[in-house]
Amino acid sequence: MSKAAELAALIGSQTALSNRNLIINGAMQVAQRGTSSTGTGYQTVDRFQGTNSGLDESNTQAQVDVASGTTPYSLGFRKAFRITNGNQTSGADAGDIVNYRYIFEAQDIANSGWDYTSSSSYVTLSFWAKSSVAQTFYGHMKTFDGTVYNYPFSLGALSADTWTKVTKTIPGNSGLQIDNDNGQGLEFRIVMFYGTDRTASVTENAWAVYDNTQRTPDNTSTWYTTNDATFEITGVQLEVGEQATPFEHRSFADELHRCQRYYAVRENTAGSLKYYGRTLQAYGAASVFGLIADYPVTMRATPTVSQSGTFGAYKANSGNNAMATAIQNLYATSHSWGTGGWSGNSNLTAGHAVVMYAENNAKLMADAEL
Amino acid sequence: MKITNAKYMKDMATDETVGIAATIDGTDATVPLDPANRHYDEIMRQVAAGTLTIADAD
Repeated sequence: MSKAAELAALIGSQTALSNRNLIINGAMQVAQRGTSSTGTGYQTVDRFQGTNSGLDESNTQAQVDVASGTTPYSLGFRKAFRITNGNQTSGADAGDIVNYRYIFEAQDIANSGWDYTSSSSYVTLSFWAKSSVAQTFYGHMKTFDGTVYNYPFSLGALSADTWTKVTKTIPGNSGLQIDNDNGQGLEFRIVMFYGTDRTASVTENAWAVYDNTQRTPDNTSTWYTTNDATFEITGVQLEVGEQATPFEHRSFADELHRCQRYYAVRENTAGSLKYYGRTLQAYGAASVFGLIADYPVTMRATPTVSQSGTFGAYKANSGNNAMATAIQNLYATSHSWGTGGWSGNSNLTAGHAVVMYAENNAKLMADAEL
Repeated sequence: MKITNAKYMKDMATDETVGIAATIDGTDATVPLDPANRHYDEIMRQVAAGTLTIADAD
């Protein structure tokens, strides 16, 4: 048998030969929002959330470097997503939560080739994990459409401060429904801690109808009750088939492009008073309106938009500064940022062209995350 | 998700309602009227629960 045939036999006929990894940013390369935060949800590494609830002291989520000399580093991983615990002085309460969360767009799973309603069709989740505290951790996968199903699993016993490759092969189930649309289709969580409000004596490695109070087996609380405990993940891959194949490395540009379907930033990093966006139009003597700039790619849905820094505008052919403020009435169309009325104090006339600028580091954001 | 100061926004040129201005977890933002947007979904959930009111546009 040729090497190619041996490889094909090893990975199975269900496995795609390209675009195998259904995870976006699994190597944690892209962090458009920033590299460290004490918030919850989408804060740093794109497409991944660090979620928490019930904490006495905030934890910190961060994009961090993978240390050279480690096995993930030697495999080409340079970034990881770290959660650093706070000081949970009241101990492990029933409602407390710390976990990683990743949500797949439904149509990406529906069109992946996984026959998710068949118990003989599989996806395989694999990732590198490292905890500063030796403990057995859990995770779970969950659907959204139709009757919601849950699949709890164990990561196994992690040794302290040791990178471990975790692999879970997950079958389909006749009860699963994943619609062919742009909504939430499937999620998985890697759990540092669930209090007993979220845990019970559930069966591992089996799909069951989702119960919010029975997401995983009861959790050990050692990590959660250790001040400044850390947990890191990288190299996250979900692929169709029964085998975990080597991580599908992608270029930064490729990952950024994929991430921008869900979150985009348009920032002036070239210095102060740089032209920015399209020419706007005066609506009257003191206001302008119009579309400012297109999103870099088609976004999943019409995004929530926000801004930081100082923007401004000149009346064309005059050099007169018409306004230098935050953009007023900033709103989103399906394809671009716009302003529905930005007031200044110059002597404009309806129809005047107005040239927009941005101060250094002024930026617009668009959030269409799941 | 903490949402405050929700208020409908109109485009001055067209008088069309184009979004909901709100403060979301401390950040001022504009949420589109798109059911596929997670912030819009959350605003509608909180409105239905009676914990959030959206003010009329100016």
